Amino acid sequence: MKTENNNANIIQISDLNKWYGEFHALKNINLNIKEGEIIVVCGPSGSGKSTLIRCVNFLEKFQEGEIIVNGIQLTDDVAKIRSVRSEASMVFQHFNLFPHLSIIDNLTLAPIWVHNEGKEEAREKALKLLDRVGIKDQAEKYPNQLSGGQQQRVAIARSLCTSPKIMLFDEPTSALDPEMISEVLDVMIELAKEGITMICVTHEMGFARKVAQRIIFMDEGQIVEENDPETFFHHPESDRLKLFLDQILTH
Amino acid sequence: MAIYESQELRKPPISQVGIVRWLRVNLFSSKVNVGLTLAALYMLYVIIPPMLGWMIFDANFNFGEFSFLGFEFGEIMATNDNCGRAAACWPFIYEKFDMFVYGFYPRELVWRVDIVFALAASLFVIVRLVRNYKYKNKVLLAMIIGFPIASFFLIGGGVFGLEVVKTHQWGGLMLTLVIASVGIIISFPIGVLLALGRQSNLRVINFFSTIYIEFIRAVPLITILFMASFVLPLFFTGGISFDKLLRALIAITLFQAAYFAEVVRGGLQAIPTGQYEAADAIGLNYVQKNALIILPQALKISIPNLVGSSISLFKDTTLVLIIGLMDMLAMVNMTANDINWLGRETEGFVFVTMTMWIFLYSMSRYSKKLEVRFSTDHKN
Repeated sequence: MKTENNNANIIQISDLNKWYGEFHALKNINLNIKEGEIIVVCGPSGSGKSTLIRCVNFLEKFQEGEIIVNGIQLTDDVAKIRSVRSEASMVFQHFNLFPHLSIIDNLTLAPIWVHNEGKEEAREKALKLLDRVGIKDQAEKYPNQLSGGQQQRVAIARSLCTSPKIMLFDEPTSALDPEMISEVLDVMIELAKEGITMICVTHEMGFARKVAQRIIFMDEGQIVEENDPETFFHHPESDRLKLFLDQILTH
Repeated sequence: MAIYESQELRKPPISQVGIVRWLRVNLFSSKVNVGLTLAALYMLYVIIPPMLGWMIFDANFNFGEFSFLGFEFGEIMATNDNCGRAAACWPFIYEKFDMFVYGFYPRELVWRVDIVFALAASLFVIVRLVRNYKYKNKVLLAMIIGFPIASFFLIGGGVFGLEVVKTHQWGGLMLTLVIASVGIIISFPIGVLLALGRQSNLRVINFFSTIYIEFIRAVPLITILFMASFVLPLFFTGGISFDKLLRALIAITLFQAAYFAEVVRGGLQAIPTGQYEAADAIGLNYVQKNALIILPQALKISIPNLVGSSISLFKDTTLVLIIGLMDMLAMVNMTANDINWLGRETEGFVFVTMTMWIFLYSMSRYSKKLEVRFSTDHKN
């Protein structure tokens, strides 16, 4: 598939190649994502799915190809990188909240320092977002005083604080105890309904089935198969996807 | 299948508590442990009684006559001769106390030094008082900037009609404290920058930071002091004469910065990459990332080692006597050569030891408190 220059595409990835030293981590990735689209990326570990979404906000450098996010082409230009990062927020597997700052300070940091918002304004917005993820009453606490599920919801709220157009989720539920996964997924489903563009690396197939418009299966640094959820789960074409689905769905 | 009722809480068995239990567990738990305990007791028996005898019971505390609430105490102050050689002669310390504390600072001006001491002590009180004050950071900043400037002019003079006291007159404990605190305070920010430089992706900065740190750490402080004292002036031949104290301060600051840099680097390395990534991902720039996210956490972890390194420096300041500065230790050698008090170095060294211990132990305790207060765990 070759990239067409379509303005409706909020993310365009063309011929993306990335190496870690000698290791070819991403092989010729082409992917276009429309505004408001919900994409789930799955695949076995080491397949390059995290690397892919980390390239989108330039947490990882890549050697070949181009990525255009919201009309901005990613280069080494620091200013461009920073503006892409405020358009495309990242939620991490291990939350990566700032443990020395209270929850509310975690949220208001970027609005105050990066977007020059007033303290009061930022605080008000942050409280609204905390309310949205259901933990407004924990605003003055510190990250380590919250459960994993609550921390991840704070992390989602923190990502939303800069009003991004795109949310990147890097295995947001993989580090959580089983009973906390659903509270985080619920928040993500709510977000999906609101029309924000989402790329979500996850193993939660229930979530994928429910909200994804496209599911992308990666293996060994390549996109192997890409389909709507119905076809993806019920009529997988490639053998590798069949094997993968077999492994994760049959127990 | 069965259903279990919830269990009541009980006190631990009596064998788990009490002094006998403590002795058995900590001092007499095994044959080796019994042996070590007895050996330790014997050593205390050998060392402690003679030491107390020398320092207190057989020592001379005759500081001269004084009156208190109308009563007269004491007799004429003891001299070196009627003090005896077998025990401490504390009147020596009493008479030379000013020398130990102020060196050759003009006697009629020592009130200025006393004000600085009082200011320093009040800083600790102020830090406590403003802990919950809204403009806390501004007060602290004003203190950090204001105190050294005020101290410099109070001790050195030259403004507001204060008589100038040249640095070669500075000495004793005062000089020790000046060197240690200037060394610690100025080298700290330099050390932080060097640590960041050594972590930097910019090759040139990284290279020079590394070279600097590794060079300084491979050279003894004495060498650096000698270099600063004798080699540095060779570069400034144009009649510019560098103050001797200033040269020592530069040497000590450069030396300590390298050590602080390594301590801070240790703290930086303990910060998970996730913190850097999260800071990047929310769009913070390099300065914001380090100032708001990385350093606050890294410095907190580094507190014990920063204080440890500061304590080392405090002790190392005694080396300045070899380039002719009269710090507290140098004053001991000086005063023990007084024809009236020959051979009383031991008392002087014990006094210096105790003074050092009081300062350094306080620093160590203070760092413990800081650790607790700045704890980032927030676990409860």
